[in-house]
Amino acid sequence: MKTPFLKAVFSIVRKDLQIELRSRELVSSMGLFALLSILIFSFALELDRNARREAISGVLWVTIVFASVLGLNRSLAMERDQGNLDAMLLAPIDRVAIFFGKLIGNLVFALVVGLLLLPIMTILYNYNLFQPWLIAVLLLGTFGFSTVGTLLAMMTVQTRARESLLPIVMMPIALPVLLAAVRASTNILTDNPIADWIAWVQILVVVDIIYLVVCFLLFEYVIEE
Amino acid sequence: MSAVSKATPATTEQAQTTGRPLGLTILTVLTIIGVAAGLYMALGYARTDLEQGDVQRIFYIHMPAFIGAFVALLGTVIGGIMYLRTRNVKWDKLALAGVEVGIALALINLITGMVWARPIWNTWWTWDPRLTSEAIMILTYAAYVMLRQGIENVEQRRRFAAVYGILAFVTVIITLVITRVRPDTIHPVVIGPSVQTDTAQGAFEVAASTGVRMALMVNMPVWALLVPVTLMWYRIRLENLAERVQALKLKALS
Repeated sequence: MKTPFLKAVFSIVRKDLQIELRSRELVSSMGLFALLSILIFSFALELDRNARREAISGVLWVTIVFASVLGLNRSLAMERDQGNLDAMLLAPIDRVAIFFGKLIGNLVFALVVGLLLLPIMTILYNYNLFQPWLIAVLLLGTFGFSTVGTLLAMMTVQTRARESLLPIVMMPIALPVLLAAVRASTNILTDNPIADWIAWVQILVVVDIIYLVVCFLLFEYVIEE
Repeated sequence: MSAVSKATPATTEQAQTTGRPLGLTILTVLTIIGVAAGLYMALGYARTDLEQGDVQRIFYIHMPAFIGAFVALLGTVIGGIMYLRTRNVKWDKLALAGVEVGIALALINLITGMVWARPIWNTWWTWDPRLTSEAIMILTYAAYVMLRQGIENVEQRRRFAAVYGILAFVTVIITLVITRVRPDTIHPVVIGPSVQTDTAQGAFEVAASTGVRMALMVNMPVWALLVPVTLMWYRIRLENLAERVQALKLKALS
């Protein structure tokens, strides 16, 4: 008898969140990395008031992407190292449920880091990032990364090179998401009229849907043993 | 010895035929003639462009080379899907050949484009949407090669490569359609519908003269079909021969 799909997804998400609440391993390492990255960018780019308007969304997104690469590697390597992946494969659940479970977990961690970055960057860069559209774009963008990231990290943790391979295979594939998200955020933060940039948000939605469908279809081939 | 021949039933048939297959020889000859004819049409037959001068002639190789890369990379997608369904190794060889030939043709496309852009756009490179997306596309397939090298388990390598090869095709489609959806690109669209108004720099009319049309009509099938198919065939054959060498080595050692 199979466990119902949603119940299986929910259990995997709950397991991930519970581990995280107890160890605080992922969010703390991702958050610390993100904080360091913001500081490094602010030295490296010597951001003054005008340069900030243009560069801030790029800094935000690059930081989120690298932080989520860090998180994805940990999150999937954990499954593999401690034998939980085999247990999940043996369990009477839909294999796709594993994908959605891990995806939601990874999305939550990436979003937590993204949302933590907003107040920090607002304070450090003295620029208000709390705008409803920006948060919507943040959600769509992190969703896109997490989708391809979950599929590809599941692949790379099973390889020899492991951690070093994920950014190489993930960056080019995730670039359409990054491009649309950065362009939309830059326009939102420079107060451009909505007609100028709404196309970017639409592209982001379309890319997200395409990636979700493709990754959904391909996932079962990545975990068969 | 029996273990070797049992383990590689697909190669035993290949093992008997040491010479080059007749079809491949014919294709090779056709490709050489085609490339030569295409060069003649591009450099000799077509008349010089009034605005751009001789440099416009590079277009007759530039665009067909991209279509050729598209065909090769489509071969990767087909190989990937068929490998995942049938688990027959020959489809994986097709996928690998598609990626390598695709990278080569995409690089030809990129480099000819840069050579053209130097006099027309007055720069080798600009961060135009189309140029950027093609650079990303090539990097994606470079990552495919890296991914294959990073996996030791043969079966796993083929499976993951198939998955990644299918996923990577998204970047090819984006490169193909980006000049049609982004009005701010300066890359000209000379065939098919476009949203461009006057942003494109260096466009010209394909329908303007018979010379242009004929040169394109000769070069297109050569670069879009003959070159990728022939090269991929050679690449698959190389893979088969390497497998055979491996099998013979095992046989000699045991």
